[in-house]
Amino acid sequence: MKDADAGTVHREFVKGNEAICHGALAAGCRHYFGYPITPQNDIPEYMSTHMAAHGGVFLQAESEVATINMLLGAAAAGKRVMTSSSGPGISLMQEGISYMAGSELPAVIVNISRSGPGLGGIAPSQGDYFQAVKGGGHGGCRIPVLAPHSVQEMYELTMHAFELADRYRTPVMILGDAIIGQMKEPYTPGLCEPPGPIDKPWATTGCAGRPRQHVKSLYLKDDDIERHNWKLHEKLQRIEKAEVRAESYHLEDARIVLVAFGTAARVCKTAIQWARKEGIAAGMIRPVTLFPFPKTLVHETAGKADLLLVVEMNTGQMVEDVMISTSHHDKVRFMGKPCAMPTPDDILAEIRLLAGKTS
Amino acid sequence: MAFDYNQYIRGGKLPHIWCPGCTYGIVFKSLIRSLDAIKQDKDDLAVVSGIGCASRLPGYLDANTLHTAHGRALTFATGVKMAAPGKRVIALSGDGDATAIGGNHFIHACRRNIDITVLVLNNYIYGMTGGQHSPTTPKGHNATTMPYGNIDPNFDIPKLAIGAGASFVARGTAYHVPALDKILIEAINHKGLSVVEIINACPTTHGRRNKFKNATDQLLWMKDTFMPLAAFDKLPAEKTEGKLPLGVLYKKENAPEYCETYAAMSAGVRQKLEGRA
Ligand SMILES: Cc1ncc(C[n+]2csc(CCOP(=O)(O)OP(=O)(O)O)c2C)c(N)n1
Ligand code: SF4
Repeated sequence: MKDADAGTVHREFVKGNEAICHGALAAGCRHYFGYPITPQNDIPEYMSTHMAAHGGVFLQAESEVATINMLLGAAAAGKRVMTSSSGPGISLMQEGISYMAGSELPAVIVNISRSGPGLGGIAPSQGDYFQAVKGGGHGGCRIPVLAPHSVQEMYELTMHAFELADRYRTPVMILGDAIIGQMKEPYTPGLCEPPGPIDKPWATTGCAGRPRQHVKSLYLKDDDIERHNWKLHEKLQRIEKAEVRAESYHLEDARIVLVAFGTAARVCKTAIQWARKEGIAAGMIRPVTLFPFPKTLVHETAGKADLLLVVEMNTGQMVEDVMISTSHHDKVRFMGKPCAMPTPDDILAEIRLLAGKTS
Repeated sequence: MAFDYNQYIRGGKLPHIWCPGCTYGIVFKSLIRSLDAIKQDKDDLAVVSGIGCASRLPGYLDANTLHTAHGRALTFATGVKMAAPGKRVIALSGDGDATAIGGNHFIHACRRNIDITVLVLNNYIYGMTGGQHSPTTPKGHNATTMPYGNIDPNFDIPKLAIGAGASFVARGTAYHVPALDKILIEAINHKGLSVVEIINACPTTHGRRNKFKNATDQLLWMKDTFMPLAAFDKLPAEKTEGKLPLGVLYKKENAPEYCETYAAMSAGVRQKLEGRA
């Protein structure tokens, strides 16, 4: 977007965590609840300064259990709401996330993940993939998960998360990590439109002219809970059909196709550029939505390519979704680096090895 | 001969992580002297902590130590005590750990009056995560998540503990060190749940954002603010403004202790069953 006066493109140079805050404010989020935990403290700190200035709400709760339920309350009141946390805090929120999924309440939950299990460490990790994608909460709860790999995407996908949350009446998770949260790089706000306001007739907003609302996830009568489960399932199917996003990176002629998300995908891009300079036809599928997973793209690509190399900062989680997506299991390889970022050299070495094997 | 702290320090663990000027080291040494004074057998001692700078203390202590989840020290400590009622159990937390995320567990441990010594190292801030406000941050103080000055009302930890049913409640500071040694000895020896609030300074994330020139300045503030309970009680009401009492603030002897009550109940049940057999 051109800035009318200066004739220049307006860019911001901020940390990924701050870009999330910019995205949330642009999307009209005025209610943030949180609890401190490294490596996402920039988010509550930013919100504590700016929500008051925007006439919005920032509240530091006494725990993540309190946070997620405050979020539930504000979502039920029809507001665009957000919280953020990491590892142990996200685990504590799972009960509330399940209640929100069951009550069909929209909210954005940011996980700037750290390493685990337990207290683990604050090193970047993609160890929360299963928890995020398979439904960490009880009772078959599943929610869309977005995986930004740049500061630009931290901004854009936050806005998109609010849109999805409202459209499907569901919590949406943004899964980042310490690198993408703490890293500074420029982004261009004007490349993406914030979601417009949406009518929420289900909210507990008083109700002139309509029945009084009752927000709940409890269904005891007859087969109400079964019907409710099928309804939620049907919603997930609609999301799977319409909301898959993935980046195809040098896929056209690729013989060796990397599959990676978030920070790992950034590093893969460099390795792929280097490999191509050496004449190795490497490319990448980068799932942007981890749930819904780009199953069709993975399967079609697996059919054409020699090998798929799944690269993750864990000991192997998304690789299971790759296996579920395609019947070409013999073509799938895995490279993992738990709780640390692989270097482009590490990945290039693996690509070379595979290229040697396939030639 | 100089006091040998090393007898209670786990080999190879020093240097510690605490910042220059942090007063946690003072508390660490006071605790070691207190354990030595009561001739505490290290094998019979479990020290349990949550998460935070304060909670790193047990890592340096040569005892049976557990570093647990944020806020949950007292639940782990309760598990240890119920599993090994004959052992000495000390739980250690920061103000955030004990009264924010762990606030629920704190009042329930007090209510049960289980024989655990709870040390709450209150530095008025979340130190480890970089200076967010805690439930004890004074009104008006700056914190990274209270950039316009803290508006949250704060807890008085001893009053909270007394209200919840603890049978021994005391307050010490990192400035009044000989008094702290005495308080810790009495607290550890007390049977039932004992709470000691220990006032500390975090120059890194609290002091420097709140007009304290340095750590010494914060210690001098402790000197001016806290006074022995007897002296505090003698002050006319208008002079107590900004002052707080120090020492043992509440003590109830012979309050039923939870492990003993449980054991008695269990013995009664077994006796009845045997009578029937
Ligand atoms: C469930 C969970 N939430 C948040 C954190 C992050 N965290 C670590 S220590 C801490 C607070 C520390 O403050 P305090 O208990 O007052 O101790 P201090 O560091 O000041 O000694 C927080 C919020 C965590 N480890 N686990
Ligand atoms: S941050 Fe504060 S509490 Fe933590 S070690 Fe440093 S001075 Fe002590």
